Formats: sequence, structure tokens, C-alpha cells
Amino acid sequence: MAILSKEEAKRILEKVVGFSKADGIEAGLGGNDSGNIRYARNSVSTAGEDSNISLGVSVNFGKKSGSATINEFDEASLEKVVRRAEELAKLAPENPEFMGPLDPQTYGPETKTFVEATSKITPEYRAQAAADSIGPATKKNITAAGYLEDNRGFNAQMNSKGLFTYSQATGVNFTVTMRTNDNDGTGSGWVARNFNDVSKLNTAEASQIAIEKALQSRNAKAIEPGKYTVILEPNAAADLLGLMLNFNARQADEGRSFLSKKGGGTKLGEKLVDERVNIYTDPWNEEVPTANQAGGLPRKRMDLIKNGVVSNLFYDRYWAQQKGVEPTPFPGNRIMEGGSASIEDMIKDTKKGVLVTRFWYIRAVDPQTLLYTGLTRDGTFYIENGKIKHPIKNFRFNESPIIMLNNLETLGKQMRVASGGGPGGGGSALVPAMKIRDFTFTSLSDAV
Amino acid sequence: MKRRDFIHMAGLSAGAMMLPFSGFGHEVDLAGLLTPIMDVEQKKQLADIALNTAKSLGATYTDVRIGRYLNQFVTTRERRVQGVTNTESFGIGIRVIANGTWGFAATNLVTADEIKKVTARAVAIAKANSKFQKEPVKLAPNPSYGEVSWKTPIVKNAFEVPVKDKVDLLLAANAKALEKGASFVNSQMFLINEQKYFASSEGSYIDQDVYRFQPGFTVSMVDRQSGSFKTRSAFSAPVGMGYEYLDGKAEDKIQGPGGIILYNKSYDIIEDATMAAEQAKEMIAAKSVEPGKYDLVLEPSHMWLTIHESVGHPTELDRVLGYEANYAGTSFLTFDKWQSKKFKFGSDIVNFVADKTQVGSLGNVGYDDEGVKCKKWDLIKDGILVNYQATRDQVSILGQNESHGCSYSQGWGDVQFQRMPNVSLQPGKQQLTPEQMISGVDKGIYIVKDGSFSIDQQRYNFQFGGILFFEIKGGKIAGMLKDVAYQANTQEFWNSCVAICDERDYRLNGAFSDGKGQPSQSNSVSHGSATTRFNGVNVINTGRTI
Repeated sequence: MAILSKEEAKRILEKVVGFSKADGIEAGLGGNDSGNIRYARNSVSTAGEDSNISLGVSVNFGKKSGSATINEFDEASLEKVVRRAEELAKLAPENPEFMGPLDPQTYGPETKTFVEATSKITPEYRAQAAADSIGPATKKNITAAGYLEDNRGFNAQMNSKGLFTYSQATGVNFTVTMRTNDNDGTGSGWVARNFNDVSKLNTAEASQIAIEKALQSRNAKAIEPGKYTVILEPNAAADLLGLMLNFNARQADEGRSFLSKKGGGTKLGEKLVDERVNIYTDPWNEEVPTANQAGGLPRKRMDLIKNGVVSNLFYDRYWAQQKGVEPTPFPGNRIMEGGSASIEDMIKDTKKGVLVTRFWYIRAVDPQTLLYTGLTRDGTFYIENGKIKHPIKNFRFNESPIIMLNNLETLGKQMRVASGGGPGGGGSALVPAMKIRDFTFTSLSDAV
Repeated sequence: MKRRDFIHMAGLSAGAMMLPFSGFGHEVDLAGLLTPIMDVEQKKQLADIALNTAKSLGATYTDVRIGRYLNQFVTTRERRVQGVTNTESFGIGIRVIANGTWGFAATNLVTADEIKKVTARAVAIAKANSKFQKEPVKLAPNPSYGEVSWKTPIVKNAFEVPVKDKVDLLLAANAKALEKGASFVNSQMFLINEQKYFASSEGSYIDQDVYRFQPGFTVSMVDRQSGSFKTRSAFSAPVGMGYEYLDGKAEDKIQGPGGIILYNKSYDIIEDATMAAEQAKEMIAAKSVEPGKYDLVLEPSHMWLTIHESVGHPTELDRVLGYEANYAGTSFLTFDKWQSKKFKFGSDIVNFVADKTQVGSLGNVGYDDEGVKCKKWDLIKDGILVNYQATRDQVSILGQNESHGCSYSQGWGDVQFQRMPNVSLQPGKQQLTPEQMISGVDKGIYIVKDGSFSIDQQRYNFQFGGILFFEIKGGKIAGMLKDVAYQANTQEFWNSCVAICDERDYRLNGAFSDGKGQPSQSNSVSHGSATTRFNGVNVINTGRTI
């Protein structure tokens, strides 16, 4: 098991810090036990477990720093890793941006990122979770391909100024794609679930949603690309939203960001999107809890966009010092306020539009306007006069989330989604479904 | 697929350290970096413990990979070093078949006792899953190679080059770009060494020492007045070579159309950084493209990515079979198309080969990660789909009894699976230079270097950008364009391929970290081509105002 208790981690880190002869030392200790099961063609394809623990040490002499790591924890090895880092630091060129160890900080209450049940997942649990997904698919002549991964990890850090942090987290992430086996396999559905607590996961219930989408999306018709009103399910909305929330202050100040202003300066304090858009980070949110610190900096509830206005940019310690502001810990979650409308309500209220289950292969086209391209996937439907009329072939879009959030019609209910960070709450987000007008689809795809 | 951005990994403090490979472990000893942790005989003894344990627990097949993975990242911006990071990961991964089902477990504690425990874990996982297994695993026969070894044919080991030399070279390149007016420049070198020992219950013991290298930079130009900025990336390629790639030999430089200098088997980073700053200025001032149909002339440092996405991925057999359906997707190149023996993937001049033996390429190894000797084979022949990329447990589905050698794992802690070999477009048989090709184009665009990319989950519909776009008017280069992206259907696109330059223009480029699988793993792969012409491709304008 690669999980150390707070006391065990502290004991090791105290020894490491004590060995240092450098001006400063920072040590980070992390461990992770993870397991996964993958299935396809209605059968398990791969499954495995992995256990890791490692210690990273960074020391500095003035603005010269060096790092080394080790995964042996006897006294001689701990001293050795410190000496190696010191040797490297002496050889390294000066980094004028080196900031040195952080002073001890005061943190808010611990967050509920660790759930006992998730930490006790067995290979048998995973096999049954897969079987619960494959079983109902087989009955409906559908092919299931899915993936479940779970992990339990800890992170601790200490430095020569007396800073110490320790946290544990668990997470489970489940996705499944259901494809119909009819003549030409024209139907496909998908669902995703992401929790800290495995007891919230029901792979049979989730799989049923993907099965329904697969059945409903058969024999899709092609409609002309162009500008459409779209209803984005939370996963689709989150994919585009996540791409605009890198509010890096330095890039904006340097003129190479969508948040840079013509003639110089940044868009901090300016209205960027519709005034109904409110996006913030909050480590204590019960749906998407995350660690109460990042890199030793205390996390707080912080607005990113308030009433459509850019409220905060992210400053690393160096850039914060240059600009005379407080450094910003990198957010561990993102929460966008939603409304009360269900997807069904939004459909009822739509004269002509497209319902999007998810997007796929989103890539930046122009960082200056935040233009992205990508495609719809696994359940795209045409809406007419308040009803889903028929499934449609997938579209490629070329759209900027900034333009999208300026064309906001309705906000729906929130849902927790994994936003690229995998399980453990680190990369999770709480995002509403949303209805957007004039979303730009540029071509058709035959892909199912 | 999703690429891991190694740049973000370097230069972080220990507290925030997140390294790109799982199992990140032992300390990095700069001086003894390349001294093996244990000799081949010790590895064989430990591997045999796993093989014997698995057999005694009922496994019908076992393979063991004892791996030491070394990385070095050197990153700079403008006139300063941002980070020098060495990483090392050492551990063992054990894969078994029990009750006809795969099981895998791994550990970074490479001791006899731990190996026994982890092997038992792998067998237990296989047995737990076998209850729900519908298709028992069937392996294609593979010869026992006995005790063999293989090493990437490098000339100068990049790990042995002093860090100071690397830093000095990067800072010299940055200085040139800044001198020429660049607003910002980031540069970096990434080094990989995989010391992989493979043993199987079928009697192969394979020791391999694999090297890969990627130097590069991005030059940014900001025009505060107009509020616009452009970025020009390096014309380097990631390579399966040593530090000799940075020799920048005169014979490897190519005077390309539009006054640009391109590189073949070695690279001149200082010269390229100088050019980059000048070109970034031009990029800002370039004319915005008029959308419509154009003949495209695609240069190899651009072509590789179009090949990778539209040819490399759809010919992966695991995608065709549905093993990637939940993530990367499936493929439009279904069995019926292959079985018909007349599916017209591209025009008659389109020939693609898969080749893991190509020297200097990222995919070059002696044996794959399930002990299959690497080879070269046809994927598309005279425009027709003729084969796929397969591993031992898949190839029998094709009626073939020999694996293609496409198994790869990014580290000891990850299970191996089907990964893309080098997939390359064969050069044209007629003598043709890029200049001659351009002279025959009336309304076209010459595109250099890969940019934005996106393709659907069955690989029908794609959109690609680039870095430099030159308008071609009446057979001549007529200045730079911007806001260019082309969209096409894969089959229509490759059937619109009307000319390929000859082998003198053939060059490799590639992906240093191509992602696939769940959990996602990174693979390195090269793609070769000569400059190629496609007629009547749809070009869109990507300019927007926010």
C-alpha cells in the first residue's frame, strides 16, 4: 500500500528537511494506489492495479535550485536524495524567477475528498461493475465498451520555513459507450460518472442512459451545417468551458492571451460574457471537494467570472511579486452556477435546435480568439417545435467559448463532471446544461 | 489524440511535482545516469521468479517487463533557464493469461518477495475477470528468441552531453530570436531513454536500450497596437536519435519554396530561431485567407500529422475491432472494406507502409513490448487498403498467424497494448521537386509545419491548420496567408492526391507523445513523406472577433 498516514509522512519529511545544508529546501511526498478495468465487445479487455510512492526534493542556494526524487525511505536514502539535489543546485544556472520556500500558511478547514468505501474497491467489485454494464447491453443487442478507474492517494509537503500540508483523496471515474449492433451499427450513446464516493456510482443505472441514447440515435439524418440553437448537456458544456478558464495573468499582461487588451493591459474587471454567467472555485463545495491548498498556497472561494465580468486572474508567486498582488493558488475545481430548467424543459422551449450529448477531439484553432474546433458525438438530435424530432449526423463546430457564453439563452441544472483531471476530485467541475443560440457548425461527419 | 504537454512538467518545485510517467521513482544520479541498476543476469533471475510463480498459480502465458525509464527536460524562456529536471522510473510489470483472460499488476519494488506478490495479484485479477469473459485470449505464435539485445543506433548520447552545453545552445537560439524582434521565446530539449528488459514464458529474454530526443522552441510575436499575436514553432522533428541531430549539417538543410529553410536528418536550432522571429512578424501582417476550394501543397513537417490522424489511427486493428470504442473511437476502415480487396482509400499513387525498423524514427525498436521482432509491411498499396496494425492477441482475427509487432507500453507500470508503428507515405516514383509541384498549381496554398488538428472518432471528417501558409497564384508563391484551416473527408482527401515529390524530398517528423487507451498512455511515432499535392480541398477562414 502506497498510502502513508499524516504522522508517517511528517516523520519522513522532517528527516529530509533536517538533512539539508542548502539555503532552503522543499520536499513533497506522494503515494497512490489505483485500479482499473476496461471492457469492450461486451467482454473485459484489460484490468490492472498499480501502486506508487515517491519523494521529491528541491533545494536552493540563492536563486540556484536543484531537484531530485527517490522511492526508498531508509535514512541513508533520504540523506542521499538531499545531497543529490544539492549537487544539482550548485551546478544549476541562476533562475531570476526562483521564489524559494513559502512561509507557513493558514488554511481553511480540511475538505472531504477522502471516502473510505472508495479506498476499499476490489478487483471483484470492478468486475461486477463491468458486468452490470455489459449485461443490460447484451440483452438489447448492444455492444458495450467502458472503463472504470479508482484511486486512493495522499500528498504531503514540508519546507525549511516550517510549512507542512497533508491531504488524502479518493476518486472513481466511469465512462461507457454503447453501440447498436443493427445492420450498419448506426446508433451510439455515452455516459460518464465521476465521484469521490463510490457508493454514489451505479454502473447499471448509468449504462441504461447510454443504451437509450444508442437506440434513439440510430439512422441519423444529415442536416445542413450552419448556425443553430444548441442545448449542451453538462459534459458538452464543460468541455468548452474548461478551455476558457485558464486565466493566466502573466500571459494576459504579456499580450498573448484572449484576456489581453488591444493597446496593452488586460480584461480584468471587464465584461467578457453574458451577465448571467457566474463561475467560481470553492474547495469546500460538497459536490466537487478538492484540497484546501495548492503548492502550499491556501485555496479560498474565488470568483473567476461574476455577472459576466472577469473577476480574478491567476498569478504565480513570481508574477504576483512583480505586479504587487497576492499569488493565486491554482483552482482544484470549477463551479458554474446553473438554473432550474431540466433538459426536457429546454427542449420544450426550443423551436428549432440541436441537442448535444458530448463533444469530441476539441482542439485550439486560434488562441487569440479562443476559437476551438471539435465534433459532436454519441447522441446528437434535431429539435423542432419543442420536441426531439430525429437523430442527426454529427457536426464539426468552430466556435469560441467566449462567443458561446455571449449567446447564452438558458441555464439548466448543474451536474458533476470530470474535467480532464481524472478521478480524485482534482479535476472535477460542477457545470449546468445550457442553451446557446447561433452555435457554429461548419461541416458534417459520417462518424457514429 | 490528446498529447501530453511535457513543457508543463519541467521546472516545478518538488511540492508541486507531477511527472509524466507513472512509477516515477528512484533518484537521478547525473554522473551514473546511464549505468544499469542491475545487470542482465539479475534481471533474468527476477523475471524467472515471476514466470515460475505465475505458472504455479495456473497462468498459461506470462510476460515480464523490468524497465528503467530516464527522462531529462531542459526548459528556457528568453534569457533564462526555467528548469532542468531529470527523472527516473524503475519497476516491474507482469502480465498473465489465466482462464483465458488477461491480468496485469506492477510494482516499483523489484525484489523477489514483492515480485511473487505482484504476480499473484495479476493472476487473481485475471481470474476475477474471467467470470465475465466471452472471448478467450488467443495469441499468435511467436518464436522464442532466447537471450538477445538491441540498441537505438545513436552517435552521441544526449544524456552524456553536459546540461550547460544544452542550456547554452537553447539560450543562444533564444538570443537570436530576440535579436530579430521576437516578443517572447520558449525553448526546450526533452530526452528519453527506455532500458527495457522483456521475458516471456515462451523463452525470450530481450534487453533493449531505446533513445528518443526532441529539441524545439516557440517564438511569439505580439503586436500590442492591434492586440494580435502569433506563434511560430520550431521546424525540428522529434527523433529516435542522439545529440547528433543538432549538428545542423549543410547536407541536411533544404532551401524550400517561399525562402524558407527546412531540415532533414539534422537540425540547426539557431538558424531556425532566427528565421522564426522574422516569419512570426510576417504572420501577423499576412493576408486573411478567402475561404473556398484550393489545391494544397503540403510540406512533410506538416503532412506527418495529417498522415498520423487520417491514416495511422484508422488502420489500428484495435480501433477497427471496437477495443477503443469508449475513448479514441473506432474506424471507418471496417473489415468488409479490407476483405473486398478493392476499397479505394486513396488515389493510385498513394502507398503507405508501416515500419518499425526505420533508422532515426521514433518507433524504431528491435522487438515490441510482447517480444515480437519488428518489421515493415504495407497498409495501403496503390490506393487500396491491404492490412492493419496488430498485436499477438488480435492478428488471428485477420487470418494472419504472425503479429505485426505493434505492442507498446509507456512504462513498467502500464499494461502494453496496440500502438501505432511509424506509418509513412511513400515518395513519388517520378522525379519531382516541391518547386516543380508549385509551378503547376494555379490557385493553391503551400502549408508548412503542423498546427491545429481535430478528427472524428471514426476518422472520416478532419480539420487541420498549420504554421506557415503561402498563397500560390499562377504557379508562384504570392506571399503569406493567415487564418487558414482545411476540412475534408479522409477518403475524398486521399483520392484527391495527385502528385508526390520524389525521395529526395522525403523526410520524417512525428509525435513525441501520442495518447491512446484508458488509462491513457503515451507513444512516440514518426511519419515520413515528401511534399504532396491535393486538388480542390475546402479551406475555411478561422479569423474571429471576440
